[in-house]
Amino acid sequence: MVTVTANQPVVEMQSITKQFLDVVANRNINFNLFPKEICALLGENGAGKTTLMNILFGYYTCDKGEIFIKGKKAELSSPRDAICRGVGMIHQHFTLVPSQSVLENIIIGTEMRKSGFLDLKAAKDKLLHLQERFGLHIDPEARIWTLAIGEQQRVEILKALYRDVEILIMDEPTAVLAPSEISDLFRTLKSLVQEGKSIVFITHKLKEVIAIADRIVVLRRGEVVAERRTGDTNLRELANLMVGRDVLERISRKKIPPGEPVLEIHNLAVSNDKGLEAVKDIKLVVRKNEILGIAGVSGNGQRELAETLFGIREPQKGTIKINGITLHSGSPVSAIKLGMARIPEDRIETGLMMDLSVEENLILETHVSPDFHKRGLLNFNKIHQFSNELIEGYGIMTSGRDAVTRSLSGGNLQKVILARELSGKPTLIVASQPTRGLDVGAMEYIHQRILQEKERGAAIILISEDLDEIFILSDRIVVMYEGQIMGDVQLEEASREQIGLWISGVKK
Amino acid sequence: MIGEILNTAFITGLIGAAMRMATPIIFATLGEIINERAGILNLGIEGIMLMGAMTGFLVSITTGLLWIGVLAAALVGMILSLLMAFLTVYLGLSQHVSGLGITLFSTGLAMFIYRIHFGSPLVPPIVEPFTQVTIPLLSKIPVIGPSLFDQYALTYIAVLLIPIISIILYKTHIGLKIRTVGENPLAADNVGVNVYLTRTLCLVTGGALIGIGGSFLTLDHQNMFLIDVIGGRGWVSIAMVIFGNWDPLKGALGAFIFGFLDGLQLRLQGLGIKVPFDIFLMIPYLMTIIALVGVSRKAAVPACLLKPYRREEKGV
Ligand SMILES: Nc1ncnc2c1ncn2[C@@H]1O[C@H](COP(=O)(O)OP(=O)(O)OP(=O)(O)O)[C@@H](O)[C@H]1O
Ligand SMILES: [Mg+2]
Repeated sequence: MVTVTANQPVVEMQSITKQFLDVVANRNINFNLFPKEICALLGENGAGKTTLMNILFGYYTCDKGEIFIKGKKAELSSPRDAICRGVGMIHQHFTLVPSQSVLENIIIGTEMRKSGFLDLKAAKDKLLHLQERFGLHIDPEARIWTLAIGEQQRVEILKALYRDVEILIMDEPTAVLAPSEISDLFRTLKSLVQEGKSIVFITHKLKEVIAIADRIVVLRRGEVVAERRTGDTNLRELANLMVGRDVLERISRKKIPPGEPVLEIHNLAVSNDKGLEAVKDIKLVVRKNEILGIAGVSGNGQRELAETLFGIREPQKGTIKINGITLHSGSPVSAIKLGMARIPEDRIETGLMMDLSVEENLILETHVSPDFHKRGLLNFNKIHQFSNELIEGYGIMTSGRDAVTRSLSGGNLQKVILARELSGKPTLIVASQPTRGLDVGAMEYIHQRILQEKERGAAIILISEDLDEIFILSDRIVVMYEGQIMGDVQLEEASREQIGLWISGVKK
Repeated sequence: MIGEILNTAFITGLIGAAMRMATPIIFATLGEIINERAGILNLGIEGIMLMGAMTGFLVSITTGLLWIGVLAAALVGMILSLLMAFLTVYLGLSQHVSGLGITLFSTGLAMFIYRIHFGSPLVPPIVEPFTQVTIPLLSKIPVIGPSLFDQYALTYIAVLLIPIISIILYKTHIGLKIRTVGENPLAADNVGVNVYLTRTLCLVTGGALIGIGGSFLTLDHQNMFLIDVIGGRGWVSIAMVIFGNWDPLKGALGAFIFGFLDGLQLRLQGLGIKVPFDIFLMIPYLMTIIALVGVSRKAAVPACLLKPYRREEKGV
């Protein structure tokens, strides 16, 4: 990369401050973006990365501060103002309409002709031209819901390119991608930069930052704490800057010989929401004191498998036994009674009631227990004591047990789920993507908890797309591909190459 | 008896009646589809129809101009929908509560204004209603000619609106914006579409159609205003939106089937077959339930129907 700093910045944000009710999300932030650079915005959960970029995109309005785009002062009161200045943003949760076609999703809001009628032909030509130029291929007629996550992201990028963005903001673009998709994305980003675009890349994954960014800006608690050129720093320093302490994971794991089988799955077949077979005739055994890692790109039946174990999806056939007792299929109560802790992949949709208090979420599964009752009424003394203990024990950062759950950050939401699920000393834990979207600090904590549970004697299924996580935690690894188990190895015999091949569907 | 039912005059009359009965429902269904496609369930529909019926009647009787009455009905529909927009789009209040509130409010208001104006006369005042417009040549086609081409002007307009609204929804930029605002307002906002404005304009346009639908009942179908003149047709229209899977063509088809059953019922009563009116009122709902059981898995409910949109709200 040439010395970009010599250039005039394309974006200058000066002393930006933004406050939400009681949190200051951004405090006096100065941020510059230079032409043709990829700038990583690094920071732990709740550091204020998304907020800062939402301000640049006109989605939030800042309380204080000024923004200059290409040297001109910009008053941004809605995304429209940002778009016409060449700023585009791809949110962490994609903003696509599943029932519409790729083309419709891309052209919305861009009137090409005065007539008001959609000129799908001209739009398609323009889109195909763009696809050619940037090597981002996707069928314009395909409905969004039929696309894989990686493809949907390509649609989002095309949507931005279609509007001739010069400044592209990507909020945690790799959080949902498989390893192969990530390298595709990085290639795309590099080619965009060569075409003269500038990119802000939000993330809290350190390795990616080193791999892709030219420059790194680190945010902590709403303030810029450091700025580095990629060549001048390393993983350890970045982790330190981001969390404010030493974190690089060096988890100590004890080798415990696995005990008797706890979970036995026989010939399980499950269909997905579209009625297609998602889990095909699976056989699995998980033992006491054992962590079974299920690797694989999501969408290969993991979600359906987890939901069946949780008792919220009925299998087509097969049996699930926990400690020898058959799980009543389609009954969450049965799963709870048999001592299963359930950590769902979507912590907001299925894991928590976002509008209830932290305390209510903590007793969701156990509020029927006689311990919490006195003469038919809830015994709040006991309940308060219980939730205070959990909040303290798990270090949940919240203003108190009465705080509405919605107000917690991602890492703390996950801690609430862990606290609730592990409080009953489960014999079996099914954890689905337990650290997705969490920063290193929170991730480290959750990994430690999972290992502790194993040492205590639980059998654990860990479903994860993150190979690092699989290798750090698992005793045994299997790969799910198109609803089937591709392979089954002990950690000691597992190699990343082998697992990588299985993940992409190649046997042997 | 069978002979009486199957003769041409009977069939001509029945299809003609079906068209007339379907007209207010087509208007209201199309209006409601526009609202719901943008993400707002307008349960004010029954009340807005009633206010449209009352205002159309009152303005026509005072000015002597029927079309001014229709315009006034549209205007009243727009004003009430603007209130709905204020409550649900800008304040983000519950759409159920706001809509039902508007229906209750409108029902009271319609009666109130009517009483102030006319008192409680023993014989209700009447207006000289619209007459049918016979289309030359086409109306000479046997059987369907006299039934389809000898109709009220508003019926022709309703039928024309079906393809027009379909085209707007599916083939224009405005339509794409409307659909996206109902499916994913965040996506719309992110590409620079004004979600609040789009939703408000959809409510107002839909409200105008709903109001006109109401006025048909006092200016064409009947010539007087009675408090129960709408008779649940607003709710029927809501059912038709679901029946039609939020599609103007299918919704209008549902409205036509309803009109047909309604016309049949009147005629059968005329022939001395006693079927309680309430049975027929049930039919569209039964139709909807049956259709829903069949299509529910594929139902195209706008994904963000009922969900208020607020930009700085921390959601997902
Ligand atoms: N719309 C909002 N309303 C209230 N508080 C908010 C809102 N958006 C963000 N916050 C708060 O502002 C702080 C910064 O949030 P932000 O989303 O910018 O963090 P982030 O760095 O993107 O974190 P993550 O890695 O979890 O995405 C957090 O404490 C968050 O709870
Ligand atoms: Mg964020």
